[in-house]
Amino acid sequence: MTDETQTRDIWVSGTEEPDWVVAGTDEGSQEMAHTESVGRSIEQVGTRITDDYVIDDDTNVDERMIVNMGPQHPSTHGVLRLNLELEGEIVRRVKPIIGYLHTGMEKTGEQLTYLQGPTNVTRMDYLSPMNNELVFSLAVEKLLGIELPPRADAIRVLMTELNRISSHLVATATNGMDIGALSMMIYGLREREMILNFFEKTTGLRMNHNYIRPGGVAADLPDGWEDDVAQILDVMPAALVEYDDLLEHNPIWEGRTRGVGVITTEECLAYGITGPTLRSTGYEWDLRKTQPYSGIDQFEFDVPTGSKGDVYDRYRMRILEITQSLRIVSQVINSMPAGDYKTDDRKVTPPPRKRIDESMEALIHHFKIYTEGFKVPEGEVYVAVESPRGELGCYLVSDGGPKPLRLHIRAPSFANLQALPIMMADSLIADTVATIASLDPVMGDVDR
Amino acid sequence: MADTQGTDLPEDAAAGEVATDAPARTLPDQPVLRTLFEQFETAVWGQSRGQDTATVVASDFRAFAEAAKAAGFEVCTDVTAVDYHRARRIRFEVVASLLSHQHNLRIRLRVPLAADALIVPSLVPVYPGTSFFERETYDMFGVEFEGHPDLTRILMPDEWVGHPLRKDFATGEVPVQFKDSHKVS
Repeated sequence: MTDETQTRDIWVSGTEEPDWVVAGTDEGSQEMAHTESVGRSIEQVGTRITDDYVIDDDTNVDERMIVNMGPQHPSTHGVLRLNLELEGEIVRRVKPIIGYLHTGMEKTGEQLTYLQGPTNVTRMDYLSPMNNELVFSLAVEKLLGIELPPRADAIRVLMTELNRISSHLVATATNGMDIGALSMMIYGLREREMILNFFEKTTGLRMNHNYIRPGGVAADLPDGWEDDVAQILDVMPAALVEYDDLLEHNPIWEGRTRGVGVITTEECLAYGITGPTLRSTGYEWDLRKTQPYSGIDQFEFDVPTGSKGDVYDRYRMRILEITQSLRIVSQVINSMPAGDYKTDDRKVTPPPRKRIDESMEALIHHFKIYTEGFKVPEGEVYVAVESPRGELGCYLVSDGGPKPLRLHIRAPSFANLQALPIMMADSLIADTVATIASLDPVMGDVDR
Repeated sequence: MADTQGTDLPEDAAAGEVATDAPARTLPDQPVLRTLFEQFETAVWGQSRGQDTATVVASDFRAFAEAAKAAGFEVCTDVTAVDYHRARRIRFEVVASLLSHQHNLRIRLRVPLAADALIVPSLVPVYPGTSFFERETYDMFGVEFEGHPDLTRILMPDEWVGHPLRKDFATGEVPVQFKDSHKVS
């Protein structure tokens, strides 16, 4: 509705239509107007959404309106803004509008040395900071061509898998809260706190750790880490049973999630949608299996897949992936190799503290690495890991200096947002928050 | 490091073009990639740290992506650009990463673009999911994607002037207004 029409007299339906109703246009829907329709996955391009919805004579034009949702809406998981075109209670088209959290982190990454880089990338996807650090570090290491000691790889696998659990817990918790299962919120964050406590003990911070760095990890695992991880392994299975009691056969939960926000495998592939969303359609694709990194292929785990691609399947995917991550963690704890936690390549790793006391050169070396940074040979590389949200890629270009010429993060949430218009076309407006929550977008990751 | 072969263009290469008269064009051993490259005379195969790259001219960009999709590259994971500024004669480069699930293979398309001809065909008709990435690249570098249905800014405000990820877009260019700053100086 335009302001103009609102200032006029109210027209009561059933009486003779005044001129402004006959001649009236809806400006908002004009903006999103579509022209042709062939098949959804082809013509639904860009954010100018065109679906198979055709305005025919039976359509009541008065029922159509554009509703703005966000960026301050509590159920948009941050500052996501959606333009919803409604016809009564049915969402016809959706246009995601983003950029409210854009802070130019890729530009910042060009000003930081490779050693400082993880402090920057860890703040992008703030629910899975370890994966961000990992993909950046892997890219730098690929450019440098260095190998890591097995303990560094094992620590990385341990930390990223624990991070996957904590991230999926938040996703499930907020998904529950958005649909009204408020207990799930409390339960999910309760278990996540346990994992964050371990992170704090190991890295010093609950989030934004800057722990995984090019050349290894920042510090060795603390004394008694086995007990902490064993406690997590102890508590989590029981917690998962509690979640199942709360949600799995809950008729309200099933009613709100089954058959809601459906997406097909073909649409996922066409739109580059990855992670639990892709697997929930029954398509088995996990970079940890197909393109393994950090020696994750030596551990046994399964890739759970769904069948329907709806909100319920995506929730199940996350619960089942937590189970698989726990499996990996329990294998890591039993097979943690001894040795160094960072590479002994002196180009990347500063000399040990003891050497600095003895050698002037070691002191200079240490100083140079922390001020100027180490130089990385010229080249460009794209590395991808399976983050909790999907394929997290890092495209890194070096010009031979101590700072990257270009740092680009292929954010999974950014690509996954393109699924929203597909999932929400012709759905009920009450299902909107359920669909957004099931996609688990992190706006820090989307806007960077 | 000599692993960026095919991208270090000779000095006399015309802007926006890849040297095509290279004698004995090397082709990859991988059969899928080999048949793909045989379809395009001008596509130059290279390897960067063991990763396959294809340097193609701008006019072939979409055609190459179409051929790649037919060859089994189902997903385009990423589209972005790099501003080499003074490091190279051809300043910009649009980079698209393709992924094949069935062959478990990745390839990176690289399109060198001169600063005065920043236009490439859009990949949206081939891979609809590149829409957001192309909008981001347009927003950050000013690269135009011909045929994109809605090429508008995505991260920056609509009224923003300039393209932030270009090297000549300095950081700290926007003056910071401190409270009562006129009284101090």
